[in-house]
Amino acid sequence: MLKRVLVGAAAPVLALVLALVITMVILLLAGNSVSAFLTTLFSAPAPRNLVNIINNASVLYLSALAAAIGFRMNLFNIGVEGQYRVAVFAAAAFCGQNVLPGVLNVIAAFVIAIAAGAGWAAIAGVLKVTRGVSEVISTIMLNAIAVSLTAYFLRKWGLTVGNSLQTRSVPHDSWVPGLDLIPGAPNQILGLSVLALIAGIGYAVVLNRTRFGFELRATGASATAAVASGIDVRRMVVYAMLLSGGVAALVGLPLLFGDTHSYSTTFQAGLGFSGIAVALLGRNHPLGIAAGALLFAYLTEQSSLLEIDAGISNDIVSITQGVLVLSVVVAYAVVGRYRRAAEQRSVAEQLAPADARTEAVA
Amino acid sequence: MTIANDALTPERAAPAPRRRTRRVPIWAWLLVAFVLVSFARVITGSDELDSAGTLREAIVATVPIMLAALAGLWSERAGVVNIGLEGMMILGTIGAGYFGYFYGPWQGVIAAMIFGAIGGALHALATVVFNVDHIVSGVAINIMAVGVAAFLADTWFSGLQGGGPTQSPPIDPPAQVELAGVADWAKTVEDKHWFVVSDLASVLGALTRDLSSLTVLALIMVVATYYLLWRTSFGLRLRSCGESPQAAETLGVDVYRFKIVAVLVSGAIAGLAGGFIVLVGAGLYQNGITGGRGYIGLAAMIFGNWRTGGLLIGSALFGYTDALQLRAGGGAVHALLIVVAIVLLVYGIYLLRRGSRRPGVITVVAAVLFAAWFFLTDEVPADFTRMTPYVATLFVLAFAAQRLRMPAADGLGYRKGEAG
Repeated sequence: MLKRVLVGAAAPVLALVLALVITMVILLLAGNSVSAFLTTLFSAPAPRNLVNIINNASVLYLSALAAAIGFRMNLFNIGVEGQYRVAVFAAAAFCGQNVLPGVLNVIAAFVIAIAAGAGWAAIAGVLKVTRGVSEVISTIMLNAIAVSLTAYFLRKWGLTVGNSLQTRSVPHDSWVPGLDLIPGAPNQILGLSVLALIAGIGYAVVLNRTRFGFELRATGASATAAVASGIDVRRMVVYAMLLSGGVAALVGLPLLFGDTHSYSTTFQAGLGFSGIAVALLGRNHPLGIAAGALLFAYLTEQSSLLEIDAGISNDIVSITQGVLVLSVVVAYAVVGRYRRAAEQRSVAEQLAPADARTEAVA
Repeated sequence: MTIANDALTPERAAPAPRRRTRRVPIWAWLLVAFVLVSFARVITGSDELDSAGTLREAIVATVPIMLAALAGLWSERAGVVNIGLEGMMILGTIGAGYFGYFYGPWQGVIAAMIFGAIGGALHALATVVFNVDHIVSGVAINIMAVGVAAFLADTWFSGLQGGGPTQSPPIDPPAQVELAGVADWAKTVEDKHWFVVSDLASVLGALTRDLSSLTVLALIMVVATYYLLWRTSFGLRLRSCGESPQAAETLGVDVYRFKIVAVLVSGAIAGLAGGFIVLVGAGLYQNGITGGRGYIGLAAMIFGNWRTGGLLIGSALFGYTDALQLRAGGGAVHALLIVVAIVLLVYGIYLLRRGSRRPGVITVVAAVLFAAWFFLTDEVPADFTRMTPYVATLFVLAFAAQRLRMPAADGLGYRKGEAG
């Protein structure tokens, strides 16, 4: 057991070291101070930064879970980006109308967001099962369409505030209050960060403890074997897309109800793609993803200090993150191949004397 | 979501009639499209629809998409799916920005190709050598490229006169090709606004003034790609790696080598696409200047059925609508609606006569809807024009999937010795 955990952790740790080494080489080539980079990056975060890390990690976690649901059955939902945008736009547009009071408004917004996100994802799922369109291509197309479509609706019905267009603000009584968990921090943890915790537990239970989860994993492991054992793979594709889109819909909600209170042209973008990276980093495992999300959020938060404290562009951290993802997938591929080869060898060794015996008898 | 369906339906099947078939050559389709656009210009009176100026911008908008599609073609014909096109383009933009500014435009071009090829090398290393999933590797390269370009831009351009942490100072473009006499003559004919004749003149005008030598190079690359991939034994071997690597292996083809070469070339061409945006399109480097054109290129390639002629039509279509929107606004794009309606109507009648009842009826209904859209509104919102490439690709994929054929082993892993 311990050995398995060690082997499992070896790949990401090696990849992290490699990513840092490559980052340092780039810094050296660009003529920056490596020691300043390291001391800034590994300095203990202040309470304020800690809160930011937790907030950022929780939305990344949701995004990564959405991608991971697809990955577990070999379905590449590249469209988390578009799904959360459509969803948070729909939720913001509804909440701004102020038709329901207080908490009811929030609940209704959740339903609408999930319906929108799942529906947007379902387009890709249905196209895949009915017309054989690769979900990779269709979700990429749907991402771009989502951006244009929300921009169109904003232009048509949105309010102009300063330089940006936005939906009507969520009324005060529907704001979700923040949490004061970190002592001494001037800012609060987003109230809806708990969604990440709930979704993570839900993900673990559904995948490992239910029939649906089993069928999903079985389809991912081998679609032909799944068909042979009576699983309706086409239905599973649509369900998995719906579920993935539904979780993607949650990504923007903590920000909407706890921070921005409206959807605007400047609403945080790119969470979907970072989520994919985090899911790859965490091997689609609920705890692995959590570690990945915290690591990504930590790197991003600490990078904001780089510019001030060390005079290094904070974009250097995106290089670290990118290299990390690429080296982690390569490391997993190499470790996986090594493990398979070792298994084959040990099986062969066990079988070899048996073969010799049967031959002797013959 | 009903919104999605409403938004998708009006655009449907617009590209369908332009799909490449074996019997009708490309130039015939182009000619028909040309006459129709000319017709739309005459009846709506929006002369900007195909003025030399618009066409010039359309060429500038088309070339990066076309090069990205070409890059995708190289890689996917060898069986490696390349979602990392966008990232390789981004690497190309920063290479072109730095070397273009400090050393000169042609050094910028070469640097763009080298930077792109570095992205391609990473993709090849991950997918071919380590057998990592192609999509995963591509996504990782896209994430990384954004960071690399932003970091390098901050390092290189901060504090320069006219530059800043996110953009370079203006960069000189490569030389332009110009035939002033022909261009002036073409301009006089164009200004007469004759049916078809003036439109031909504006095409001539667009090609003889302010035509970048990089555009000419890009077109040569398309022709060269066609020749290399479909008319040489090198190309046959490369394509065989995309169709059936095991079979290629048994015939003595070094599949790894061909795949690596293909992905490297793909990266270099994608880098050039980025370089073109910087050197010819914008005249400077800026963070995020590619604006998802790598993905549009991917769409154009699929739209074009993984063939050079097809991707040329796809990227021209996407580049043209984009440029028209920018130059002439929603009013000119609006004039195209009637073209789409006519094309759909003819295609629908053709389908009905051939006996395909349901698709025929759907196409005719779509034609009526487009005509209604044309007569009931005055312009097409920019957001709709912007999503046209993506919607068109989705519809081509959804309704013409039987006629599209991607390389059989595209995106599949391959290990040497599998053939047994």
